[in-house]
Amino acid sequence: MDANQNLYQYTLRMADNCLILGQRLAEWCGHGPILEQDIALTNISLDLMGQARNYFQYAAKVVGEDKTEDDIAFLRDGMEFQNLLLLEQPNGDFGQTVVRQFFFDSFHHVFLTKMVASKDLQLSAIAEKSIKEVTYHLKWSSQWMLRLGDGTEESHERMQVAVDNLWMYAFEGLEMDQLDQVMLEAEIGPDLNSIKAEVVDNVKNILNEATLTIPQESFVQTGGKDGRHTEYLGFILAEMQHMQRAFPGAKW
Amino acid sequence: MDTTSLTHDHVKEILKGVMDPEIPVLSVFDMGVIREIKINEQGCNVTITPTYSGCPAMNTIEEDIYKHLHNAGIKSVEVNTVLSPAWTTDWMTEEGKQKLEEYGIAAPVGGTKDKRSLFLEDITVKCPQCKSENTILVSEFGSTACKAMYKCKDCLEPFDYFKCI
Repeated sequence: MDANQNLYQYTLRMADNCLILGQRLAEWCGHGPILEQDIALTNISLDLMGQARNYFQYAAKVVGEDKTEDDIAFLRDGMEFQNLLLLEQPNGDFGQTVVRQFFFDSFHHVFLTKMVASKDLQLSAIAEKSIKEVTYHLKWSSQWMLRLGDGTEESHERMQVAVDNLWMYAFEGLEMDQLDQVMLEAEIGPDLNSIKAEVVDNVKNILNEATLTIPQESFVQTGGKDGRHTEYLGFILAEMQHMQRAFPGAKW
Repeated sequence: MDTTSLTHDHVKEILKGVMDPEIPVLSVFDMGVIREIKINEQGCNVTITPTYSGCPAMNTIEEDIYKHLHNAGIKSVEVNTVLSPAWTTDWMTEEGKQKLEEYGIAAPVGGTKDKRSLFLEDITVKCPQCKSENTILVSEFGSTACKAMYKCKDCLEPFDYFKCI
């Protein structure tokens, strides 16, 4: 792969993370447990969609070929998506959504602090902008981990089930693969190994404070960055892309 | 319009009439969204920066800038958006903060240098209605991503707080 292709694929990883999680959170619209949290979830989704657009617009510029942000977001198939598997998992109950959000925010926040130092000026600028918003996301999700984990018997139980179910997806973002290595050498991406301890410690600290049991399993499910996704992605994309595919080039 | 007579101040005056679509008492200048105005032979070039990544008002703001400048007779207008340096509430004018309060939205407390005010820790937000300091945070997200939701324990009214970022 040439440098341009590498940068394109690397940008897509961040773009797809924001897009898929943004899409999942948007499913909550009108269905939140209480109005204020319905609004919180959709606002987080909006932030992520904005960040996704920044990444997709840059990806379109990098790849050239007359592609637009919309072409890239709506006309790729599942195997071409590079989001983390965590983000395509179902919303489940509010607790599961909180756990998914918290696991991602914990990684996302630290990852962005590193990306600010990227040699790629645009990725650095996007990171500089995004990290302010993501800090609020992390605050929101951490607070809810505590409220629900250290809450009632029922909320605690539901949270524990969610943590147990999502644990194998929690740290996929920290696994270096070939492209991560190439980007590290180009000083565009960080060494994920250098942020592993911080991210894992932050997660474990909150789990402890939330009186939740930390699962013993250390197996990390991977595949997202390779385009090997869980069955959920297909359904997400079907819903998200069907209009553009049914009516190519349609305009409002 | 004769572009030789076009000045930086003239464009600035026109842009002061471009209001934030979500908070119509604030102009794009009050918000600190206008980063640069460049006058050239053909007309002018305006650089703006988005408040939040997903802010849906930015499209409208961009269109309004074109509209206002075209209506003032400036035919050649270019608006471009930059992400860096990232927008911060530190760029909001004092006048703008005043207008926010009068409108019923609590203005950002403290500056972004203070880590605590930056993320809603240890700050006292005054109720824009009754001015009481006896208020509590309801949610980090209010009617829009840029605002948090607070409640006044004295007059019992809820209100939006424009977050420090």
